[in-house]
Amino acid sequence: MSMVKKSPWVLHYDGSSCNGCDIEVLACLTPVYDAERFGIINTGDPMQADILLLTGGINSQNQAVVKQLYDQMPRPKVVVAIGVCACTGGVFKECYNIIGGADTTVPVDIYVPGCAARPQAIIDGIVQAIDLFQKRSDEHELLMKNKGKKADLKTKENNNSSDKGNEA
Amino acid sequence: MGKRSIIPYGPQHPVLPEPIHLDLVVEDERIIEAIPSIGFVHRGLESLITKKDYNAMVYVVERTCGICSFMHGMTYCEGIEQIMNIEVPGRAMYLRTIWGEMSRIHSHLLWLGLLADGYGFESLFYQTWRIREKVLDIFEATTGGRVIFSVNKVGGCIRDMNQDKLNMILRELDDIEKKVKEIQKTFLFDYSVQSRLKGIGILTKEQVHDLSCVGPFARASGLDMDMRYLGKDAYKDLEFHAITSNDGDCYARCEVRVREIFQSIDLIREAIGKIPDGEIDAPVKGLPNGETFMRVEQPRGEAIYYIKTSGKAFVDRLRIRTPTFANLPGLCETLKGANLADVGLLVLSIDPCISCTER
Ligand code: SF4
Repeated sequence: MSMVKKSPWVLHYDGSSCNGCDIEVLACLTPVYDAERFGIINTGDPMQADILLLTGGINSQNQAVVKQLYDQMPRPKVVVAIGVCACTGGVFKECYNIIGGADTTVPVDIYVPGCAARPQAIIDGIVQAIDLFQKRSDEHELLMKNKGKKADLKTKENNNSSDKGNEA
Repeated sequence: MGKRSIIPYGPQHPVLPEPIHLDLVVEDERIIEAIPSIGFVHRGLESLITKKDYNAMVYVVERTCGICSFMHGMTYCEGIEQIMNIEVPGRAMYLRTIWGEMSRIHSHLLWLGLLADGYGFESLFYQTWRIREKVLDIFEATTGGRVIFSVNKVGGCIRDMNQDKLNMILRELDDIEKKVKEIQKTFLFDYSVQSRLKGIGILTKEQVHDLSCVGPFARASGLDMDMRYLGKDAYKDLEFHAITSNDGDCYARCEVRVREIFQSIDLIREAIGKIPDGEIDAPVKGLPNGETFMRVEQPRGEAIYYIKTSGKAFVDRLRIRTPTFANLPGLCETLKGANLADVGLLVLSIDPCISCTER
């Protein structure tokens, strides 16, 4: 945690949860648990969000919404599934309208179990997500920095090999 | 006449913790019509009766809604108990009432916080939720769970509270009452808050009656309707008069809920004073056979349960009519002619619980 340089913005979307995990996520952002001390901030705008907190399973109606929210988020991004509903479908797994957990629609990085997930567990998930986000954005930066160099290297290699080919 | 356009509202929206979608037909800044479309949270919970027996269904029913979870479980259990003619011990009745009223305090505080956030008063939102955590602490101390605590079963309760715990509740309630009194000043008497809420979304008593609205939403328009009058559980022994207001606007809805918090605190105090000793569950024999119709006053209003069984381990038919579903026509009525900027507040003012509505 001490190495965190970025302050990721968090977007929360309620899939088809029962509200139990939902209000616990909100409770995490309020003073008693105060997840904002780790540098995150809650936002309602997917275009500015870095971490997506998903509660509840996926059904055919909200599948498109979840997918759209995920696509609207800029890269790099991290997805956290909160509660067993979002992990696997949970108690509603056998319901006719539930497709399954969040990973049926978007790639999930961190799973927070529990029904309802406790605030302590959710905060743990958020902290891990921040770390992962930091790692991904470092990689992303490196990639961007090396983009020009790599291209140079590649052309050089190509030239070399073509030279060799010529010699042979 | 201005040009008409349609503004989509939701399903993902900063004001809403839950997904509901409204198509708002607007002319200039005025709303002509609001067309709700729901279904984003539909799970098909009622269909699980074919896969889980009537005892296991208690846990599924509790997950209809995470906010009034306890009340859902309680109503279902009471329905099955009525079918099976089980006499529930008095202590279990009182315990259910205490937990039920505590759920109401927790739900109303949650709503007040969201309302404060809705009109952009973030610090008030945080204060309210800080008080709410105290109620959740009581839940955790007495049941082990924070929002979903399965303490109901067919025939009674699973956990008992000893005198120490009851005293602890009384102590904590004093503290909660003091703190709610403090924030009440801002919610009810602050000038800028009043100017945001007064005169917005007015519904008359006739309108709420015709649109069959329920709960605090209807009581704020002067309709004296509360299912606690039916005298189930411990309510038959408790002093109880529903709280109403005559204004019918957003401010009245806020006022009714704030006063209901104090009322619930008083009810819990009275129940703790009168709680009888004895068993907390009755033996259950055989399988349920028959049908029943249960009405209960949840924090958001009246919920109706229909349960049909035919002597098998599985329930034949389960149907839940939740308060938000009954209040949606009222919401669409208030939205007509409203200002676009007030939509968030108006949607909040019915205390929407979408996951209940769609199950
Ligand atoms: S995991 Fe449990 S509490 Fe959370 S949304 Fe699902 S049913 Fe509700």
